[in-house]
Amino acid sequence: MAVRYDDASLAAHPPSLAPDYASTRRRAPSQPLIIIPHTLSELTGPVYGHETVRPGDDDLTRQHAGEPLGERIIVTGRVLDEDGRPVPHTLVEVWQANAAGRYIHVRDQHPAPLDPNFSGAGRVVTDAEGRYRFTTVKPGAYPWRNHPNAWRPAHIHFSLFGPSFLTRLVTQMYFPGDPLFAYDPIFNSIPDPRARDRLVSRFDMDTTAPEWALGYVFDIVLRGRDATPTEEPHDD
Amino acid sequence: MTDPRPDGLTPSQTVGPFFAYVLTPAAYDTPVLFEADIATPDAPGERIRIEGYVLDGDGEPIVDAMLEIWGADGEGRYPGAAAEEPGRNAAFRGFGRTEVDSNGFFAFTTVKPGPVPGPDGAMQAPHVSLGVFARGLLKRLSTRIYFEGEPGNEADPILSLVPSDRRRTLVAPRTTRGADAVYTFTLRLQGEDETVFFAV
Ligand SMILES: [Fe+2]
Repeated sequence: MAVRYDDASLAAHPPSLAPDYASTRRRAPSQPLIIIPHTLSELTGPVYGHETVRPGDDDLTRQHAGEPLGERIIVTGRVLDEDGRPVPHTLVEVWQANAAGRYIHVRDQHPAPLDPNFSGAGRVVTDAEGRYRFTTVKPGAYPWRNHPNAWRPAHIHFSLFGPSFLTRLVTQMYFPGDPLFAYDPIFNSIPDPRARDRLVSRFDMDTTAPEWALGYVFDIVLRGRDATPTEEPHDD
Repeated sequence: MTDPRPDGLTPSQTVGPFFAYVLTPAAYDTPVLFEADIATPDAPGERIRIEGYVLDGDGEPIVDAMLEIWGADGEGRYPGAAAEEPGRNAAFRGFGRTEVDSNGFFAFTTVKPGPVPGPDGAMQAPHVSLGVFARGLLKRLSTRIYFEGEPGNEADPILSLVPSDRRRTLVAPRTTRGADAVYTFTLRLQGEDETVFFAV
């Protein structure tokens, strides 16, 4: 039979068109997406693991001669699938602005200082239990031109593969209690507030390293690995 | 070991405009993990170039998109799926990533995939899966590149799900440039001749 995962969970994602986020208006497809069965082309995927990272890729505070300015933080969490299984040995790419809210990207024109000791690019691989961890500095909020006086809440960009081409995910991690949440059309493009909250990391005293760095926990849930055509529907 | 069932998926967010220095960092100090040329010498199949533009609803080039491809080798084997046949296409990773340039132009070099199994025992025509990320895209757009002149296109089980007047947006015309086979695939994210995108 044709295999297709239960896709009710995809409702957690934002729609393609979120008019308050102006860039979606001319980029979102106007035609409905066509639903296709999951074939080998969707159920297989690139496998990138430990061979892709170098020592130090997981510490964004030690990639230059000196230490970056800013509040040093540790970010850790688990990558799971929808059924609660860990996603082991999968590559996680992260990038972020520096503590002043400035990216090293050539097109970032925000008049905040670059930090010669901070690039903001990191790579980690999950362990056998799906755990990842990296050290960085807390990124600053930054302005953008979406609407008058628009500011992005502080965030770290995440890119993950998971076990197949359909589990690929690019997202952003936020910090608890950010006063900019209410004004951010990217964050608010997610229709379900509970789903939105899953992008907000949790301050964690156990992760916090004494005399060194605050700890934040951010768990990530990718699509389930197993075809479930014969399984009973989940009643949640 | 399985944890309690999580509350739900982690929602997608846009890749934004500033991904290049980690995801496609050729112009930066970050080591490059993923390339646009993935045609390794050991991969069976015809060497092809897939190129085109990414355009928005006004027909304007999108200059800050990232594209990813996933395809089988010329014998229809996906990397990983071929692990039981050691020594065969071991270096071919099947996965490529590139950013568009300042004209919205992209190009991949790979091998033309062979047919791969589809649903209900049907074979799928040769195709490459394509993911599109960009500022303004809150989630990945998924589509497929098919190849002009392939006999399997007519009966392909996925193409058959696409209204016939829109199928041509997925079938890349073939030209030759010198000795190279070039397939042109233009992505129109919105509007007239809008590229077909799939819910996967
Ligand atoms: Fe950002």
